[in-house]
Amino acid sequence: MYSDKVIDHFTNPRNVGEIEGANGVGQVGNAKCGDIMRISLVVEEDIIKDIKFKTFGCGAAVATSSMVTEMVKGKTLEEALKVTNSTVAEALGGLPETKLHCSNLAADAVHDAIKNYLEKTKV
Amino acid sequence: MKRIYLDHSATTPVDPQVAELMMKYFVDYYGNPSSVHYYGREVRKALDEARTQVATLIGANPAEIAFTSGGTEADNLAIQGAAKAKLKKGNHLITSAIEHHAVLDTCKHLGKNGYELTILPVDEEGIISVDELKKAIRPETILVSIMHANNEVGSIQPIEEIGKITKQQDILFHVDAVQSLGKCSIDVKAMNIDLLTISSHKIYGPKGVGALYIRKGVRVSPLMFGGAQERKIRSGTENAPGIIGFGKACELAGQRMESERAHLTSLRDKLIDGIMSKIDNVKLNGPSGSKRLVNNVNVSINFIEGESLLLSLDMIGVAASSGSACTSGSLDPSHVLLAMGLSHEVAHGSLRLSLGMQNTDEDIDYVLEELPKIVDRLRAMSPLYTKTSC
Repeated sequence: MYSDKVIDHFTNPRNVGEIEGANGVGQVGNAKCGDIMRISLVVEEDIIKDIKFKTFGCGAAVATSSMVTEMVKGKTLEEALKVTNSTVAEALGGLPETKLHCSNLAADAVHDAIKNYLEKTKV
Repeated sequence: MKRIYLDHSATTPVDPQVAELMMKYFVDYYGNPSSVHYYGREVRKALDEARTQVATLIGANPAEIAFTSGGTEADNLAIQGAAKAKLKKGNHLITSAIEHHAVLDTCKHLGKNGYELTILPVDEEGIISVDELKKAIRPETILVSIMHANNEVGSIQPIEEIGKITKQQDILFHVDAVQSLGKCSIDVKAMNIDLLTISSHKIYGPKGVGALYIRKGVRVSPLMFGGAQERKIRSGTENAPGIIGFGKACELAGQRMESERAHLTSLRDKLIDGIMSKIDNVKLNGPSGSKRLVNNVNVSINFIEGESLLLSLDMIGVAASSGSACTSGSLDPSHVLLAMGLSHEVAHGSLRLSLGMQNTDEDIDYVLEELPKIVDRLRAMSPLYTKTSC
């Protein structure tokens, strides 16, 4: 039911972990629905220099988290904000219908982390 | 890759002896059993034998067996059929919160269509309280439907005690025994069961065939009308190869029951003990010892999600299942685990390993060696897990 790319990202997830000294942290989902994604990132001069994720969830949740970190690493904040849940799903070669609404939140987690960074650096 | 099948509560492989016998009734003896000629008669003889084999395993008379397309149909026939037939007497049904959806959803459907429904809770081990049941009984109660052994957590219900109560109060008693058939001894007469659902593919028989035991004298309205097969209770040309295979599977199950119980119990307890000692933050779901189905292991592994666990196990050749929402096609995890008081997140991390005839000690050793590594890997990825949390 999962594409080879999903299985690849699930088996060998990229950028797992938490960055100490991250300047943006975001989290979406809740344990009740069975998916939690936490993103930590380091932004320097408007560019995402480093990003890591931790995810509690199904195969699709892990794979989308891993994929989104690859898609936005090294990108500007503006570019990263253009990455959406559906472009992440497309990059993985699609997700099963039932997963599109519940486990496809990785881009939201990145946006949440960017928002957190922007709020911190305002003033 | 070595492959280990630990999902026998979902379905079992067909026993080669069963498959071999069935083959003849696809290819050589293909007649319609209702036909008068040789082709029909030969099949009719075999169907009669199958009916006897099935009845023998549960202590029934052959004339009390109606073959169906499986457990779901038998549950529907029992509940809808009895509810309809008994409507003059009353309209109240009692079931439990941990029934299979074939029972629970049928009862809920009736509950929205003129019947009153009581759904009994269960304790933390997944067992109903007989006192609660007694309290729920009203003058208009017509049917109690309680499963023998739960399909997810293996909890065995107090069927004998319930049977005494329903008999005394003249209420029909339906039991879904799909998971216990061949693993627990069943005697419908001694247990005072009026209606009993069983299924072939959980006992090394083919899929697409089951049966409903209907105690002599109990009336059940049919769900389907047509050619009046199965004493008008279940019209439709009999699935002859399936029924004959089911009969053979029942015969074999009866012969093997004692040795299989010992084999499965020993593997089950080795697996449970191993998981509990090798992995921290893990909880056994369901009872232990004799109140638990001999082939069922169900654990919640905290901080990880069930489907991830299943995918990881599948990659190393181990087939299992989970009560996680992601594996149920809905957003909620298992209704059974929630009814037992588990939180959503603990229910999401449940893993069911259901053992079968072909499993060996080496299979269990392999799982006990590999499972902790998978759990470590997934926990390292989980935002819920911190090393200090144990």
